[in-house]
Amino acid sequence: MVRPMVERNEAVDVVIVGAGASAAAFAWSLAETGMHIVCLEQGDWVQPGDFPSTGRDAEERAATDFAISPNIRRNPGDYPVNDKDSPIAVANFNGVGGGTMLYAAHFPRLHPSDFRVKTLDGVADDWPIDYATLEPFYALNDRKMGISSLAGDPAYPSKPQVMPPIPMGRTGITIGKAMNKLGWHWWPADAAIATETFNGRAPCINLGMCGAGCAQGAKATTDITYWPEAMRERVEVRTRCRVSRIETDANNRATGVYYFDGDNIERFQPAEIVVMASNGVGTPRLLLNSASERFPNGLANSSGLLGKNLMLHPYAQIRGYFDEPMDGYRGPHICTWSMEFYETDPSRDFVRGYCYQFSRGQGPVTAAVNGMADGLIPWGEDHHSAFRGVFDHSAGMASICEDLPEEINTVTLDSDLRDSNGIPAPKITYRLSENSERMLAHSIARGRDILTAAGARHITSRSPLPHAGWHLMGTARMGTDPRRSVVNEWGRSHDVRNLFVIDGSVFVTGGGVNPTSTIQAVALYIADQVKNRIYDLFD
Amino acid sequence: MMSANQPLTDHEKQILRTIVGHVIPASGSLGVPGADDETIFADILTSVRRDEAALREAIDVVDGAADGGFLALSRPQQAELLGRFRQSHPTLARSCEVIAARCYYRDDRVMRAIGMEPRPPFPLGFDVVPSDLSLLDPVRQRGKIYREVN
Repeated sequence: MVRPMVERNEAVDVVIVGAGASAAAFAWSLAETGMHIVCLEQGDWVQPGDFPSTGRDAEERAATDFAISPNIRRNPGDYPVNDKDSPIAVANFNGVGGGTMLYAAHFPRLHPSDFRVKTLDGVADDWPIDYATLEPFYALNDRKMGISSLAGDPAYPSKPQVMPPIPMGRTGITIGKAMNKLGWHWWPADAAIATETFNGRAPCINLGMCGAGCAQGAKATTDITYWPEAMRERVEVRTRCRVSRIETDANNRATGVYYFDGDNIERFQPAEIVVMASNGVGTPRLLLNSASERFPNGLANSSGLLGKNLMLHPYAQIRGYFDEPMDGYRGPHICTWSMEFYETDPSRDFVRGYCYQFSRGQGPVTAAVNGMADGLIPWGEDHHSAFRGVFDHSAGMASICEDLPEEINTVTLDSDLRDSNGIPAPKITYRLSENSERMLAHSIARGRDILTAAGARHITSRSPLPHAGWHLMGTARMGTDPRRSVVNEWGRSHDVRNLFVIDGSVFVTGGGVNPTSTIQAVALYIADQVKNRIYDLFD
Repeated sequence: MMSANQPLTDHEKQILRTIVGHVIPASGSLGVPGADDETIFADILTSVRRDEAALREAIDVVDGAADGGFLALSRPQQAELLGRFRQSHPTLARSCEVIAARCYYRDDRVMRAIGMEPRPPFPLGFDVVPSDLSLLDPVRQRGKIYREVN
């Protein structure tokens, strides 16, 4: 029953909660069914002219209005996150496009071995689906997002090239030569960045500010890729609409969602199908907040695993300082990658592995701020000479380490902290495992080897990177066993048969690469399953 | 003490200007201003909105360490006090660094001095050295490195 004083909307077939990477792909795919699909997004559209790179205060705005932490950004569409009990703070963006608005557009796929971790390495669990199942959806997504890459990477099964790769630059070339000296794998990175005119998107002009939004429109953000096509197919996107909870009936079916609209009026949106696409923190938050008499521990939580097994991908950062100029602030930040240490090697003291993403330098403000934080640039008269030795002369890498799922790493509801609509904020509890610590240490040591071989005169490292909790995974994992998973192998809740989860929450393991490509492939796969099973979807 | 949401007083502004002048002083040999330059400091004052509380606390700590007489100290004495401040209050010192750097390095004179055009990145963008794909020959020759999964 809808609560009194709540406006009741006209019923729709599908309501999607969130408008980010997964929601856009899912909505676009499902649009061909002609179903009435509504997407509720708590943030808003961002206009290209509003991105920081259009102004002289670009670096300031990238660190404030467009900061990756919602706790710093504090835009009207944001909700606070209590991440004090985690060495890694959550990063996200709340608006149409979601995390793609601020991601680096680094676009690796998971590897075939990532779906068989238990079988191959005896840890965690296997996914209920495999690389071959997702491969056509990876390929479809590459075409829809417009991916730049170089075919033939020996670290992956063959995959088609949609556009030529982004330029290596001085950074990629310098580090590539070092990798060749060491005999280690490297390759131009797959990037969701247009290197030529593509579906109305202009090619990249090396603004160097992918992480704060792309004013050029070269970066594949879902507000300019999937959403316009989905909306032409009559999918409706309602912005500034913050969902608070999912309602269910006596048959344990979802009946719709409660939300606050842009005028702070509480509404109920009835729907035949409810789809959660609010990321690995937002989705468990809302499902936990949907607890009721029938579902006292949160909706879709009969396994007790909702909000557990949070994975964040701990990052280490290793940077070198060179006598020769590097790329500095020019170009997409990440240029090449290495999968040399990706697969499990029994000779190491950890299982699973990591990839490196090799990165260019920074703008002058960031170079100065980081240089002072690292003790490379002093206050006072020597500031200028030290700055000139750092700015435009650095290159390095981040290692993206696979953290295995552990039930002690959780998203719960904070008992005190609430958003502007009074909805409980998520609380993150996360610790690094010994395996992750060893992997991070290994990646720093090998990173130093690489930068030394590249000729760096000075090397710094940070581990784990404290504000790099971009990759929010595992908190509503998929599986065939309802006792050990939240959704089934095609994203449907075991407990509520018209409730789906399509974001990174469903990951069983996270691999050691950025997840957006896989998140979208999974969303397209689930949409395909919904279409194929439409006549017995709830059986 | 003033509340956090009120603008800085003239006295607080003077102290802050002195602090940022220590973070990044002018250099006659390089021909660049310091962060306490009139134009740059005016820019700093327009951009401290999010940091006002931390900056006010930093100012209080610094001036308090000199019994309210920070501005009357000689420049070497100020530098020595700020060195101790950085040790004892690194987070507050960092707030001062950040607001100094973000306005200093967008000043036209400074950007030219470090080899940049004084303009935003968009719409002109930048050039990047193109790829040399022949460097990948050894990687190709080594062959596949991913694990097969049956």
